[in-house]
Amino acid sequence: MNNSEIILSVRELTKRFGTFTAVDRISFEVRRGEIFGFLGANGAGKTTAMRMLCGLSYPTAGFGTVAGYDIATQGEAIKRRIGYMSQRFSLYDDLTVMENIRLFGGIYGLSRREILRRAAELLRRLGFRGEARTRVGALPLGWKQKLAFAVATLHRPEVVFLDEPTGGVDPVTRRQFWELIYEAAAGGTTIFVTTHYMDEAEYCSRVSIMVDGRIRAIGTPAELKRQFAAESVDELFRSLARGAKRSE
Amino acid sequence: MMTDVAIRVEGLVKRYGRVTALEGISFEVRRGELFGLIGPDGAGKTTLFRLLATLLEPDAGRAEVDGCDIVRDYRTIRARVGYMPGRFSLYADLSVEENLAFFAALFGVGVRDNYDLIAPIYRQIEPFRRRRAGKLSGGMKQKLALCCALVHRPAVLLLDEPTTGVDPVSRCEFWEMLARLRDEGISILVATPYMDEARRCDRVALCDRGRLLAVDTPRGIVETFDCPLYALSGGDMYGLLKAARAETGVETCYPFGAEHHLTVGPEFDPGNFRRRLADAGFGDVDLHRVEPGIEDLFMKRMRHE
Amino acid sequence: MKARNGFFAFVRKETLHILRDPRTMLIVLGIPVVQLLLFGFAISTEVNNIDFAVAAPHPSETVRRVVARIAANDYFTFRGYVDAARIDRVLRTAEADVVVVFADDFDRRRTVSCAAIPAAAGETTLAVADGKAAVQLIFDASNPNTAAAGAGYLQSILTGEDSLGTERAGVEMRLLYNPQMKSAYNFVPGIMGLLFILICSIMTSVSIVREKESGTMEVLLVSPVRPVWIVFAKMIPYFLLSCFDLSVILLLARYVLGVPMSGSIAGIVGVSILYLLLALALGLFISTIADRQATALVISAMLMLLPVIMLSGMVFPVENMPGVLQALSCAIPARWYIEAVRKLMVQALPFSAVVREFLILLAMTLALIGIALRKFNDKLE
Repeated sequence: MNNSEIILSVRELTKRFGTFTAVDRISFEVRRGEIFGFLGANGAGKTTAMRMLCGLSYPTAGFGTVAGYDIATQGEAIKRRIGYMSQRFSLYDDLTVMENIRLFGGIYGLSRREILRRAAELLRRLGFRGEARTRVGALPLGWKQKLAFAVATLHRPEVVFLDEPTGGVDPVTRRQFWELIYEAAAGGTTIFVTTHYMDEAEYCSRVSIMVDGRIRAIGTPAELKRQFAAESVDELFRSLARGAKRSE
Repeated sequence: MMTDVAIRVEGLVKRYGRVTALEGISFEVRRGELFGLIGPDGAGKTTLFRLLATLLEPDAGRAEVDGCDIVRDYRTIRARVGYMPGRFSLYADLSVEENLAFFAALFGVGVRDNYDLIAPIYRQIEPFRRRRAGKLSGGMKQKLALCCALVHRPAVLLLDEPTTGVDPVSRCEFWEMLARLRDEGISILVATPYMDEARRCDRVALCDRGRLLAVDTPRGIVETFDCPLYALSGGDMYGLLKAARAETGVETCYPFGAEHHLTVGPEFDPGNFRRRLADAGFGDVDLHRVEPGIEDLFMKRMRHE
Repeated sequence: MKARNGFFAFVRKETLHILRDPRTMLIVLGIPVVQLLLFGFAISTEVNNIDFAVAAPHPSETVRRVVARIAANDYFTFRGYVDAARIDRVLRTAEADVVVVFADDFDRRRTVSCAAIPAAAGETTLAVADGKAAVQLIFDASNPNTAAAGAGYLQSILTGEDSLGTERAGVEMRLLYNPQMKSAYNFVPGIMGLLFILICSIMTSVSIVREKESGTMEVLLVSPVRPVWIVFAKMIPYFLLSCFDLSVILLLARYVLGVPMSGSIAGIVGVSILYLLLALALGLFISTIADRQATALVISAMLMLLPVIMLSGMVFPVENMPGVLQALSCAIPARWYIEAVRKLMVQALPFSAVVREFLILLAMTLALIGIALRKFNDKLE
């Protein structure tokens, strides 16, 4: 596996709503197997940018590819090669763990046999073997989020987009969740993640910080701390975002 | 009857069917105190707030807010507290000033009556006063909701996760506002899932799954952390995490921002540990003692329960 | 004083919610006018142009006179004489919508019987009453409305004039009011029964439940304003809107559709206001059992709209229903309201004629308010 291969790339990507420029000519690249932290204040344009990358909305200008497909014209091909998980919606609460796995495996076109094989492996890895018939709604939040991540990567996507995956999760489970991320990344899956926990930003291979629709800083956490003479990503983030003109 | 206790909670129990949301918790919030209730989702924070706001009745135990019993004197309490529920609780189709005017009238006051109290906050959103509340950013919504909760100058402020989902900058501003309100003499109970916000409080209660893990000042809480804590960092952080866990004397090892935090037993030998990691191919590791934080303590208590 | 301020602030806020939501405004102001005009005009033209054929073995002078009289009516077009054996075929091929069969001894008997059995759509059903009647009306009842209306017209023509010499004693149904069977007359009370449920019950229950869903209800409950007043304040704007709709409907009915309104206007308004209160109480009741807007909508639709449409007599006459459904319809407020308004508006009866309906509605209103207030909780559970 070539770890320097570029899996996601955007050039001058822009999204305007009327006169409002939500995303303003952003450019960056993400390599295969990286954990890329996509940081920004509320309203900085993160969600809009992420929607374009997932093939859910069209760029107004600029160019981008995900897993080798053009985000403007090949949205459907992209959707088959990515996984997506958000804090709000991940799994169906009224279905059991196994039913959710089957549903999402089916959505991504896995065969029945393949779904069963991967489900068994997933349940073993998460330590969920006794919970296959439990309704997801009855699981603690942290378990749910871990399961949601496993389901989002069930079809072995090339890139996984995680939108604030650990909001409200207890500190121990939050770390277990990040270990799942590490593991997936070590296996060659690229992780694209947003978070409000700044300690989590430190776990990323590289981070970008968006302010007012533009990328103000990008690099490894260590590089950025050196460059901006900050003690932590938290401090760095605050010094950059303080200058934001707009909030949504 | 002025007492020096703003909120007193004694053995409060609340069940929903077979699920026990609160398992008999007790604590006190002193008058003029900024008290933090810190814990993840599912800790029972929202249930506690609804009990104190007299929206629910306890199954056992009792509680007082501003000297009034939450069951017997619930009408009195409703006039004296400012309550901000966890969800966005404004009218999205009304403008900023219409929302404020409505909540003022609801409490039988005018917006001008306590303007001095809300002015420092309201001035920040005043430029958008004709904008519909639904079109505000997360941070501005929280500021408006806070103004609405303060408009009748409550004696006690109950804020259920006001900073959840809000970015770190707005969160920081929000805590600065709370500190100012505390200085005005308002007692504040605030819930948050962010452990790092504990240091903003006068005292905190750590809670998890319906129980309190600890109640103290932020400093007092970390002082109860009674074993050595090390920070470990190096090149391959994930590999290091797995390697460190396998070493003798290491009790736990978790990622903590740029470093891993290790709790260790008495048989732990730093020199030996470094050598063995170097043998395993981790040559450039940095290992040093660190002061524990609230989150370290929280995780330790969670495991030991 | 304090509480009153809160109350008025509330009424103001509710009014703003309504004014800010174009869809609500459209529903509240547009639907009454559209429905009234739609049912008033579109439906009534549908029963025009009924083709009729005549089967008479020996058309006597009297028979010819009767046929000429029917043909002279705007609603009917004469399609010729047919052989009795071809009746089925004539109806199936839609050459005629109705065949009027004169008995051999018509001149002697001169009584009329009518047979029209509604069937499943698209199927032609023939029903021939036993041979005792002097005149049989055989309808294509695949469209029951046309058949029923046509039957009504024909009977009124056949029996209306003594000049024909048909004997009233032989007629099984007589039209005492609305002799031209104008459907607007029937639909106006029906639309009123439906619309006030729509505006008062559905809109208020959804707007209360919306606050539960969005979390604002939590803040409202934790305020010195009594929850009961919160709810009453919510009802006022919808009540006023409904009163506005009531006057629009009455004016349209009188001046556009030409409904006579010769009865007691005060009676109509009085019964309507009682019905509005009932609908509001129903909305409040629904809001106490629903937690989500979608639930409130579904409950409203299942509990109210469908039964109102199907069972209240708005579309299908209550008298024609099976006994079980008739009994069920007694529990539906709209049935009593529509009945009362029909009596007052179309039959021009005095208020004393609807005292029974009024009392039933009053009892229902009081019961609903009682239940709703008992169920309404100023806590979250």
